[in-house]
Amino acid sequence: MTQTNFRAGPDANGLFGAFGGRYVAETLMPLVLDLAREYEAAKADPEFLEQLAYFQRDYIGRPNPLYFAERLTEHCGGAKIFFKREELNHTGAHKVNNCIGQVLLAKRMGKKRLIAETGAGMHGVATATVAARFGLPCVIYMGATDIERQQANVFRMKLLGAEIVPVTSGTGTLKDAMNEALRDWVTNVEDTFYLIGTVAGPHPYPAMVRDFQSIIGKETRAQLQEKEGRLPDSLIACVGGGSNAMGLFHDFLDDSSVQIIGVEAGGHGVETDKHAASLTGGIPGVLHGNRTYLLQDADGQITDAHSISAGLDYPGIGPEHAWLHEVKRVEYVSINDEEALAAFHTTCRLEGIIPALETSHALAEAIKRAPTLPKDHLMVVCLSGRGDKDMQTVMSHMAAQEKQA
Amino acid sequence: MSRIEQRFAELKAEGRSALVTFITAGDPGYDASLAILKGLPAAGADVIELGMPFTDPMADGVSIQLATLRALEAGQTLAKTLQMVREFRVDNQTTPIVLMGYYNPIHRFGVEAFVAQAKEAGVDGLIIVDLPPEHDAELATPAQAAGIDFIRLTTPTTDDVRLPRVLERSSGFVYYVSVAGVTGAGSATSEQVSNAIERLRRHTDLPISVGFGIRTPEQAAAIARLSDGVVVGSALVDKIAQAKSADQAVGDVLELCSALAQGVRTARKA
Repeated sequence: MTQTNFRAGPDANGLFGAFGGRYVAETLMPLVLDLAREYEAAKADPEFLEQLAYFQRDYIGRPNPLYFAERLTEHCGGAKIFFKREELNHTGAHKVNNCIGQVLLAKRMGKKRLIAETGAGMHGVATATVAARFGLPCVIYMGATDIERQQANVFRMKLLGAEIVPVTSGTGTLKDAMNEALRDWVTNVEDTFYLIGTVAGPHPYPAMVRDFQSIIGKETRAQLQEKEGRLPDSLIACVGGGSNAMGLFHDFLDDSSVQIIGVEAGGHGVETDKHAASLTGGIPGVLHGNRTYLLQDADGQITDAHSISAGLDYPGIGPEHAWLHEVKRVEYVSINDEEALAAFHTTCRLEGIIPALETSHALAEAIKRAPTLPKDHLMVVCLSGRGDKDMQTVMSHMAAQEKQA
Repeated sequence: MSRIEQRFAELKAEGRSALVTFITAGDPGYDASLAILKGLPAAGADVIELGMPFTDPMADGVSIQLATLRALEAGQTLAKTLQMVREFRVDNQTTPIVLMGYYNPIHRFGVEAFVAQAKEAGVDGLIIVDLPPEHDAELATPAQAAGIDFIRLTTPTTDDVRLPRVLERSSGFVYYVSVAGVTGAGSATSEQVSNAIERLRRHTDLPISVGFGIRTPEQAAAIARLSDGVVVGSALVDKIAQAKSADQAVGDVLELCSALAQGVRTARKA
């Protein structure tokens, strides 16, 4: 690893190495360029930053704790494991960090309507939440398959006043919801703000969403310094599009002593055709406004992702992750459905924390690694979201297992 | 002179606008799609846009989304689309063919191989929806170097500041997307189209074709009075969706094409 500056990207064209860019229809280009300009201006505006800090503190409830997971640490018998408690944020996941930032930008730009895509529904809930708080109408696109398996979140969004549009095109999951949101945006160019929920899409979204999420890593650094007087030795986060992971990782990219691990959803196993591991099992291509690793066939058609967690069920990954993978700064691994479920139960019973199934992928990797590491190894896992939304999925899985037994 | 240049020059001499027809390659299956393609020139199509199916057509409305799915389910691939053009060229050397679609299948195929094979097959132009001028180096430059036109979409949101950038490397013709939206949706008024063409004219000498939301011979005639070309896609593709058999699909598409051509041909330019 000769490169030492991993935090400089993207360049003016939105590229992280060969990844990223602005691969969108001409109708959207002026909007995307305008957004980039407005975001640059907002970032440098003390008033905007002050507003952001206010809502992070008083509305989201930041800083959230960095918690020493003592019983899980004992159970593993190796590395000292800490949880960055993003699931304690208002709305129950890291997603709201980004939504607050983008809604403030939407208001600043005078936009009158929010649209968003959602998979597990956590980004949809966070978007519906900020839409309610800032008095903006909001339309959430959600795949029909996901609506089926995330009913609790669908109801939450409705309570918050959002309109939910079921998407039946394609496979009815996150990628199709994103296609439909892009179709809405291209139709309603005058007044609509597209609030993308992950570090993907055309520039400036990957960088902007990362910036709004990077508070996760900044707080982690300060909190671990206070507790242990030093940097972590390793960071672990789950990666679908990859926003909680970029949020945790970004502040540490130039600290070469920190080992960084991203965990993709292995579904039934990356050797099968039912997984969502774009880096481990995909190849570079162009989708949804950016060049990145994608699950695709020999003809360049996008193939279906599979994961037990709706939030990781996406055939692509944020372009900055694609780049960090290629330059080998971050190690990407995969965890399959069964391993994630096992980690889910372990965390429930040992720590009294019900994690999201997405988060359970990161926890499974931590449980795998911790026993092999010395007791003075400091490991931080991003507890990206709570698992209340996943009760139905876990229940049916347990019922199916009992039947088999 | 390229086939596209030649065709628009001829029509200018005739004093009429071009009928540009869109179909998705491989819809509803390879053979029927090839039969439609081969029949379009005799049914009055002056330029043919042939859609390259992609699983995630983000800028397309329901009609073309469904066409894409039908084609993919029938086993259409980019290689087969190029093969269709080759077969079309066996007995047609004059009607320009423009491939239209999204970048990923070409990216996967390999740009160099694609450009070489497209040229050899007899492709005249490309419209790639998700490749704005910011990404010219990827495909526009190599395609144009091989003598394939790169046709740009301009839209109601393409303002005077951006327009020169979009037109700078455009060739063949300019495709004006008359409404902000997905394919098949809405339609602009004659006045809006007329104003837009006037604005485009200040920036380019290329022929200007207008599309999005044009479905009937009457609408085609109205736009033909204002522009150098009229693009019809979703309405043709809907005929395939509604047909009960492949034969009926071929017949119905060509019948609508003839009616549209009639509309375009009787509308002398003002």
